Amino acid sequence: MATSSRHASSSKLPESVYNPRRHVGVHAEWVSDVSSTDYPGHYPNEDHSWNLEKFKKNLQVKVQRLSQRSIEFDLVGVDASIANAFRRILIAEVPTIAIEHVYVWNNTSVIHDEVLAQRLGLIPFNIDPALVEYRTPTGFNAQPNDRNTLVFRLAVTCERVKNTKKDVKPSEQYINEYVKSGDLVWVPQGEQESVFASNPPAPTNKEIVLAKLRPGQEIDMELHAIKGVGKEHAKWSPVATASYRLHPLIILNPEKPIPPHLAKKFASCFSPGVVTIDKDGEVTIDERNMRKDSVSREVLRHKEFEGSVQLRRIRDWFIFNVESEGPYAPERLFLESIKVMRDKIATIKAAAEGLMASADAEPNLANADGDVEMGEA
Amino acid sequence: MNSAPGTNNPSNPAGTQHFAPPVRQEMEYLCADCGAKNEIRSREPIRCRECGHRIMYKKRTKRMVQFEAR
Repeated sequence: MATSSRHASSSKLPESVYNPRRHVGVHAEWVSDVSSTDYPGHYPNEDHSWNLEKFKKNLQVKVQRLSQRSIEFDLVGVDASIANAFRRILIAEVPTIAIEHVYVWNNTSVIHDEVLAQRLGLIPFNIDPALVEYRTPTGFNAQPNDRNTLVFRLAVTCERVKNTKKDVKPSEQYINEYVKSGDLVWVPQGEQESVFASNPPAPTNKEIVLAKLRPGQEIDMELHAIKGVGKEHAKWSPVATASYRLHPLIILNPEKPIPPHLAKKFASCFSPGVVTIDKDGEVTIDERNMRKDSVSREVLRHKEFEGSVQLRRIRDWFIFNVESEGPYAPERLFLESIKVMRDKIATIKAAAEGLMASADAEPNLANADGDVEMGEA
Repeated sequence: MNSAPGTNNPSNPAGTQHFAPPVRQEMEYLCADCGAKNEIRSREPIRCRECGHRIMYKKRTKRMVQFEAR
């Protein structure tokens, strides 16, 4: 391992990061060692069977940056399948509330009913989905009620401001020139008044322009918002983006150091802050800033740097970037995705146990064709 | 959504009069040129009060239309 060129510094990555088994190689025209190898039977005489204790020891979750609307956190020590499952759940299976039914009495604006309805559906709301039930195709929740539906009114008429001159700007000539998401009025139904008392349902952003009006034009509609998930329609996705990338790793070769006169050029091959140059022109990699690198592979294009640097990524170190849009605080989103994942696992577990039980009891009567029917996961 | 769509005449609260025709509400039309509201009566020329234009548009129905927000 080419690790000795790293200088003593307080901000370092853990030594285990340099274990080549965790590396994905990044080369000029291809990537290597994409698949993980830490499964039973791959390395002779090594025990890679599933071990909860070992997993617990390796697992790490650390928040790197948190703002009002987004979070960046590291998920270290899991397989890509798990990290990807959480990413997909974040996008498609964490529930939110969105407008689904639009009842139009009047719309004389220039935007068509269908288009306006589609725009209304995309408005994110601040409503905690835990307080709302799903609409179901059958049963009690098949009909709208105060547990599964929130009602909003949108009634806006544009008028001319009286006694204004013609040459002032439009915003001073007209009342309600813009129909914005803030114009939605929540109409409490049944017990909703008390249930949502602490946090009255409203759009998270009150400045979304929905339509533009001119004097005499009017919009009058009722909107029914229901609970749903992103796999049904993207309007129910709680995130703007939910993505991960693998932690970059830059390894310098101590046998072939970067000559001082090329240090600047070398540094410019990486994202700002990744490479540090000391006063003698000696090049080092700032380990804590390594995550900032875009792994552009620019350094591999230059002949003079050939053999002096290796680009890698750490296969089980996922840098998640999640932007929340909707009711969840960004730090709550990943926890919600875990909740959804646990529900899915519980369903599968019950189904598997049912299968075992029925197979034990009546091996031939489990099902006519030997298949097992599973409910909606 | 509570009342039957299209019946926006304010008369006949109790429904006691049996065969009384619904009070004819004057139909408003919009001028195609200046957009002013006009009423059209029989045996009167169709002409805008404001600008004299002779083309009128009927207003959009107040009947409810349902859409899916997708």
